[in-house]
Amino acid sequence: MLDYDFMRTAFLAAFLVALVCGPVGWFLVLRGQTFASHALSHVGFAGATGALMLGLSPFTGLAGGALTAGVLMGLAGERVAGRDVMIGLVLSVAMGVGALFLHLLTRSASAATALLFGDILGISPGMLGWLALLSAGCLLGLGLMARPLLFATLQPEMADAKGVRLQALDVLFLALVALATAECAQITGVLLVFTLMVAPAATVLRLGLSPLAGLAAAAGLALAEAWGGLSLSWYTDCPTSFWIALLGGAGFLLVGLVQRLKA
Amino acid sequence: MPDTAAESAPDKAPAQSVRLNASCGFPHGERAPESICLKDVTLARGGRVVLSQISLAIPQGSFVGVLGANGAGKTTLFHALLGLEPAVQGALFINGQPVRRGNRAVGYMPQMRKLVGGQFTGWSMVASALHGQRWGLPWYSRAGRAAVDAALAAVDAQELAQRPVSALSGGERQRLLLAQTLLDDPSVLLLDEPLASLDPARMRETVERIHTLARTRKMTVLMSAHDINPLLGMMDHVLYLARGRALLGAVDEVITTKALTALYGAPVDVVRAGGRVFVVAEGGGSALQEHDCGGCGAHA
Repeated sequence: MLDYDFMRTAFLAAFLVALVCGPVGWFLVLRGQTFASHALSHVGFAGATGALMLGLSPFTGLAGGALTAGVLMGLAGERVAGRDVMIGLVLSVAMGVGALFLHLLTRSASAATALLFGDILGISPGMLGWLALLSAGCLLGLGLMARPLLFATLQPEMADAKGVRLQALDVLFLALVALATAECAQITGVLLVFTLMVAPAATVLRLGLSPLAGLAAAAGLALAEAWGGLSLSWYTDCPTSFWIALLGGAGFLLVGLVQRLKA
Repeated sequence: MPDTAAESAPDKAPAQSVRLNASCGFPHGERAPESICLKDVTLARGGRVVLSQISLAIPQGSFVGVLGANGAGKTTLFHALLGLEPAVQGALFINGQPVRRGNRAVGYMPQMRKLVGGQFTGWSMVASALHGQRWGLPWYSRAGRAAVDAALAAVDAQELAQRPVSALSGGERQRLLLAQTLLDDPSVLLLDEPLASLDPARMRETVERIHTLARTRKMTVLMSAHDINPLLGMMDHVLYLARGRALLGAVDEVITTKALTALYGAPVDVVRAGGRVFVVAEGGGSALQEHDCGGCGAHA
């Protein structure tokens, strides 16, 4: 299957995206912000459809929309009372706006499917360059903030007293999540960002590894699931997103089951 | 073990070293600067004045119990000493320096709250606080790992190092928190309700542990509590907060019917029975030091 250019591109794209999604997702799950990341991808959807309408690349719109929402969410911080409700509202309004934009577009059907469920085989070599750049930036950013972010996540009051800027860190982290979401959506689509961002990370967190090992393992598992999904889709002709989602869910359940049996 | 304040050990700092007219200055003659010094400090929380025009000086190495009802300003005082909340008025000093956020000389143990990252081992949990404010990866050098081991050893928590935190009891998790506060080798410890949700035996054990640590490391300790009794015999001073005012002194000076009645501005009785002390309001008979109510006083 690696004889084909588009497959090689797909494997490379999956590699670049999984490497970021795993560790970013690890912090997302630990911080209990997975729902927020889900909402970011939906705002990204509105951004992408808006960009299509304006004749821009949907990826720009996706990244821009998610980034704006991420930064705003971080600035609003804890003051957004009943966060679940607020996030749910933002999510549904964004999806509604996205639906409107799609309606106004003529070539909506194929664009919508690609955005919602991903189109990894349609990734162009040019996009690969962007993904590489974004992944490098995201990993560098996460590498810099990992230590204070871990401290702030586990002991926010203590971290605050030791001089960690909690809110600045929250904004930075959500911006990072937004970029990772935009990357991830290229492979899994907006609706299935969870599969690559949250499933491997949640599985790894069950293992009780040390933070650094956990971050590395999350990247590794995300990569394995992304490549596994890609290979399975090659042999079965089912969508890649389907296989990644299935592998993510199965991995999570399997680890839980093994732990239950051992206990 | 003395079980009443009256029998407190003679090696405690003498009461006259506590001056309510603090100058917060610097060495008077040969004296070292006070560990903690407040000058005409007014503190507010959410726009409401909680403590008004407090002046006090706490000598180095002193073990102080901070008492008062929920909302009396215990946590607000701690936040001000940590530089997290600016004073409305006045100045606060620690070791002769104005308070500032991120001061490594001050160790802070917040009230216990919902556990995050319970799947981590005790070691990882403690290590997360090691230079946690620095940028970079959570990677620990040989010296860093030794510091974590030493902090765990200081609270007899070596056997908790490899167990997941979610499997630990409240008292064991408390020991990990205490180990975290020791990482920076602080000279001042602020402990916010470390006894909340512990059973009586654990309470006493915790106080004794902290007392011993403070002695050997020459740390000044401020420890807030709902109930004075687990602290009896350990405290050099009591800091009693009520009605926006503060009273600092030896247990025998502060926990008296006369002193507390003056502080509350209402009749209050101090009853000693069975080696324990009860602060009781007139008429109602309910204790003014409220009992722990599971987090409702999280920002008291």
